[in-house]
Amino acid sequence: MKKMTMYMEQKEVKELLAPGHRACPGCGCALAVKLILRETGSNTIVVSATGCLETFTSPFMGSSWEVPWIHSLFENSPAIATGVLAALNAKGNPKGTKVVVISGDGGTYDIGMGSLSGMLERKDDILYICYDNEAYMNTGIQGSSATPFGADTTTTPVAGDSFGKMVPKKDLVAIALAHDAPYVATASISDPVELCKKVRKGIETPGPAVLLILTPCNLGWGFDPSETVELARKAVETGIFPIVEFKKGELISVKKIKPVPVEEYLKMQKRYQHLFKDDVFSEVLQAIQKSVDENILKYGLA
Amino acid sequence: MKGKTAILEGSRAVAEAVCACRPEVISVYPITPQTHILENLARFVASGRLKSQFVRADSEFSAASVVYGASATGARAYTASASQGILLMTEVIYAMASTRLPVVMTVVNRTVSHPITIQPDHQDSMSLRDTGALQIHVESLQEAYDAHVQAFRISEDPEVQLPLLVCMDGWVISHSYEPVTIFPEEAVSEFAGTFKPVQKLDPDKPLTYGSYADQDVLMEYRYALMRAQDRAKEKIRSVAAEYREVFGHFDGDLIDTYCTEDAEMVLIAMGSLVSTIRAAIDELRAEGRKVGLVKVRTFRPFPKEELLEACGKVPLVAVLDKSLSVNMGGVLATEVKSAFYGSPNQPIIVPFMAGLGGKDVNRRIIKEIVDIACRKAEQGYRERETVWMGLNYEFFGTEVK
Repeated sequence: MKKMTMYMEQKEVKELLAPGHRACPGCGCALAVKLILRETGSNTIVVSATGCLETFTSPFMGSSWEVPWIHSLFENSPAIATGVLAALNAKGNPKGTKVVVISGDGGTYDIGMGSLSGMLERKDDILYICYDNEAYMNTGIQGSSATPFGADTTTTPVAGDSFGKMVPKKDLVAIALAHDAPYVATASISDPVELCKKVRKGIETPGPAVLLILTPCNLGWGFDPSETVELARKAVETGIFPIVEFKKGELISVKKIKPVPVEEYLKMQKRYQHLFKDDVFSEVLQAIQKSVDENILKYGLA
Repeated sequence: MKGKTAILEGSRAVAEAVCACRPEVISVYPITPQTHILENLARFVASGRLKSQFVRADSEFSAASVVYGASATGARAYTASASQGILLMTEVIYAMASTRLPVVMTVVNRTVSHPITIQPDHQDSMSLRDTGALQIHVESLQEAYDAHVQAFRISEDPEVQLPLLVCMDGWVISHSYEPVTIFPEEAVSEFAGTFKPVQKLDPDKPLTYGSYADQDVLMEYRYALMRAQDRAKEKIRSVAAEYREVFGHFDGDLIDTYCTEDAEMVLIAMGSLVSTIRAAIDELRAEGRKVGLVKVRTFRPFPKEELLEACGKVPLVAVLDKSLSVNMGGVLATEVKSAFYGSPNQPIIVPFMAGLGGKDVNRRIIKEIVDIACRKAEQGYRERETVWMGLNYEFFGTEVK
């Protein structure tokens, strides 16, 4: 915590996400966005997809955004951002305004994937940040392609032979890398200093940058609102959410961990509780641990 | 002002007009028969003739979204599409109109699937009827050029601030070659002026676009759209009047009439079909038949009062439709009937479906339509059924009798 305090003291912090928004208590996304905006500063135009963030920050006649912000639809935040950037460039962008997207996993992994792919292929100078709470939380906890293997959601329910989501989560980092995005990284709200640094790097990288931030959702995952940061930390420590950083396709940094069993992370959440209630699910638990071990090996986390 | 007349393809004429209006951001996605417009613009930008941000999009949905973002950031923006592309853009156009973002867009009219075909009718632009976007339907290559030059000023006017669709029939207008008069690029640029947004995304004055709202304001938003379209009527006229003053061309009213003064019957239609009807009327008039034409030029805002005025004394009207609202007949006919409802001089209105999916409508068929309408009127026609022209009943076997 000392490091964090020092970091904050070095800068004059103006909160650009105003208080009074309607996020749930303990919202990981709200915490992430507050940090993101500290780093982007006010000379930034933010684009968001439909989702939790849009709903809780922009009730009509009010707004938590102290930066210019635009929401259009669910599936088009990357294309809207391209349009914003094109307009800035058309006028020579005299102030050097930056364009940042902050959208959820539904708008990124699923419905906005084509639009994101287009943005990455065009090499538009945009920082794309996905706050990943691993399901459609705004509509009531439906599974998305970011929902992890074994997790219980309202559309991947545990019943009969179903143990929750039966297929693994999409690998957004690999997808971004396959587009040759010059900067691709993951970050956690449990390490604000590093998160802010990565936002900075993403902004400074010419061309598209993709930053994936795991944002625990106490309502959707089932944990106490006081445990949000702890959940985010545990995801990193177990290796289920590897903290990695790629520049021009090369892995330039990983957050080293002394891996703790993934069960420690899973047990903290209601969405995985079924896996511990019945021995028949021990294979599922083993499969999750196996995929985590593969992550650890793949990125050299340990 | 004297222009230069050359034989041009319709798409080229449109591209010339758009280029001279200096859009700052262009985003397009290929679809037949719109592609020639985007290819021309791509070449203008690549060669340096047009200084514009040319954005290849990954879909029509994204193309519309790119111009959405550009317009919100204060840039003059242009896109074009057709058919399925228009359907894919629909969600974006709704949001664009409600957010009051001016964008000029060409709809190269083509029908929608299934069966898949690239032939023209108005089903695509009619699907955007209720979005809040303005719709101008042109009948000729020259009008396509003129309408595009005027479009940006109408769309971007602070009293209007709405997306404007210039609709032109695929192939018939987009791919035909005809003498078109185009005006000096600098003069057109001057006429088109520059986009001065009322507000925009700007770090110096941070604004929130696209708020979440509940029952308190949505009706109010829709009402504001209605009023903006009403105000657009006057703007469409005044920009056209100015265009006539500068360039000497005029095709800018909400409707156009032909031989209606003494008409005993009037045909109402939109788009390239209007040109065919003009020719058919010349022949009918030579035979002593008092038939006139009302062209609906602005489908949105819909020319309600203008139609009543133009057809106020005419006992019989035939509406020719190239789009279908299934189970209710032609879209234009439905709107025309609605406009006449309650009028003391309400004529007999006979709706015709003619030219869906590119089925040919020539002068002979127009005359046939006139004959059928007259016959129906003599019989005291009050039925609602649409007359389908040229339907091949053999196609259905025993299913349809």
